[in-house]
Amino acid sequence: MHTKTEHKHSTPLLVYLAVGGALLFLTVITVAVSYVDLGPFNLVVAIGIATFKAMLVALFFMHLYYDNKLFMAVFISGLMFLGIFIILTMFDTMKRDMIYEEVAKPIRPNAIIYEQPAATDQTDGQH
Amino acid sequence: MNIIPEKNYLTYPKGLKSWLFTLDHKRIGLMYLFAIMFFFLVGGIFALMIRLELFHPGQDFVSADTYNQLFTLHGAIMIFLFIIPSIPASLGNLILPLMLGAKDVAFPRLNLASWYIYVFGAMFAVYSMIAGAADTGWTFYTPYSIETNTAVISLTTGAFILGFSSIFTGLNFLVTIHKLRAPGMTWFKMPLFVWGLYATSIIQVVATPVLGITLLLLILERVAGIGIFNPALGGDPVLFQHFFWFYSHPAVYIMILPGMAIISELISVHSHKKIFGYKVIAYSSLAIAFISFLVWGHHMFVSGQSELAGMIFSFLTFFVGVPSGIKVFNWVATLYKGAVRFTTPMLYTFAFLILFTIGGLTGIFLGALSVDIHLHDTYFVVAHFHYTMMGGTVIAFFAGLHHWWPKIWGRMYNERIAKITAVLVFIGFNLTFIPQFIMGSHGMPRRYFDYLPQYQGMHELSTYGAYLLGTAFVIMAIYLIHSIFKGKPAGNNPWGGLTLEWQTTSPPDPHNFHEVPVWTHGPYDFDTIKVEPDLEKELETA
Repeated sequence: MHTKTEHKHSTPLLVYLAVGGALLFLTVITVAVSYVDLGPFNLVVAIGIATFKAMLVALFFMHLYYDNKLFMAVFISGLMFLGIFIILTMFDTMKRDMIYEEVAKPIRPNAIIYEQPAATDQTDGQH
Repeated sequence: MNIIPEKNYLTYPKGLKSWLFTLDHKRIGLMYLFAIMFFFLVGGIFALMIRLELFHPGQDFVSADTYNQLFTLHGAIMIFLFIIPSIPASLGNLILPLMLGAKDVAFPRLNLASWYIYVFGAMFAVYSMIAGAADTGWTFYTPYSIETNTAVISLTTGAFILGFSSIFTGLNFLVTIHKLRAPGMTWFKMPLFVWGLYATSIIQVVATPVLGITLLLLILERVAGIGIFNPALGGDPVLFQHFFWFYSHPAVYIMILPGMAIISELISVHSHKKIFGYKVIAYSSLAIAFISFLVWGHHMFVSGQSELAGMIFSFLTFFVGVPSGIKVFNWVATLYKGAVRFTTPMLYTFAFLILFTIGGLTGIFLGALSVDIHLHDTYFVVAHFHYTMMGGTVIAFFAGLHHWWPKIWGRMYNERIAKITAVLVFIGFNLTFIPQFIMGSHGMPRRYFDYLPQYQGMHELSTYGAYLLGTAFVIMAIYLIHSIFKGKPAGNNPWGGLTLEWQTTSPPDPHNFHEVPVWTHGPYDFDTIKVEPDLEKELETA
């Protein structure tokens, strides 16, 4: 009986060589693109190629393409948690200058605890 | 008359070597149990020293610097060496394979390795105490942790190593649960203790590596000045808090989920009532595990984190309340019309329900952004997390320990003394921490060595409570150890449980079961199956 596990050991050598060739080719492309000025898109292209290369490694060299799909799910969930970490952290680090305009002031400027009505432009009231 | 089988995992094979090189999950669980109880004692002694110093304002018997080291060590030891491994590594190791009807965990050698790695990590932590204990708090916040001259590196190296032990246990349990369930035990026929440990294991495997990299970066920052957290070198100290809490917030669920798992188990067995809402309790464990990764920023509301991030994290935090609330309501509904037995494990279960609910609801206060500005870094926070971690996890751990003690040793402790002790624990705990809620809401800051005279009354009450709690734990240690040697044989099924661990002998055979058990019913089918607890049979014949 042929199971999936047996099948993965019979991946043809040609596939490995083709993937290896693709990785080398993409490395050449990465270097070549770096000489072309695409403005901010240089980074996008470089990361795009790198992601594609990582995908090739994961799918073929790490056998995720042939293996039980549970392993694929585990691998993707790892990436998902990394994504959650980076995105939620960036809500902080990218937005630190976004300061809420409201500043502290008396809730009721005319409250009896203030001897004189607090000026609205002051933040801590008159005592 | 209950008898103890001559050949059991405690007596066979014999000799120290057979213990040190054992691959038996029960022996490894027991070795973990002794190790974590040792560190519970050490952490507890530090807690009592802290409370003694705080009895009066001003310096009494330790200096301010020593005080900083005491609360750091109390936190680090209790978190990394006690609570995180407490339920999964000790009770989980002892009971999980039995519950599944398996001979052992999936990777017994990895299991033993995890214990040795735990001991190795613990040695670093102990070394750091001798080599000038760290004074940063267990959170190791930068920039102070980069500047202080105390032993930050050895303590963080210890925590780094302990992380591997935790990952190994989690990985082992995941594979064991997937692969080694008894014939007939489908996913939704598994005991809820197993579901809880499954959710815990996911967090252990996914989150713990982040702690590893965080502590490694901190060490590199101290040693080589790589400038990732140090603002003087262009780094961001708040980024450390993101890294730290991305692990450490899910880690509080590594601590509480196994506690909840024990309560789900006990509340059904000790009221002989089918659990109410089995599936939602199981799903809510997974939901808590997932949501736990989305809320870490609520520890950082006043850290200088952006206001947008504060709002997002505050909003997301409220979602944790939903699955936790689902569990509590289902537990209470299970009790309805059940044959509730006021056994020691059940008393701890009731204590858990009350204390965890208080801890959980005060967590909602703290998750609210505006309220947290007032309460942040006060004793209110200290009381809140002690209600969840100690009132929740530790109380659940003791509930589980009393529940499975007769299975582990084959002998029963003195129930009368145990019940009195449970009441003392409950009173001592509340006496310690209710005053902390009050003084925290009045502005008493946490981690302060000295305080204004207006807080003295509350601090005194809290110290009395802590010593009452300490006394109760000493009594518990005495009657439990006494029972190992002199306790009455407990029988195979003292509480009348339906899960597989009660179908083998007490203590179990070295190979757990003589033949592979077949799982033919649900874990809580008390509506269709009548089981008479061995303890009650014993009472009737007497």
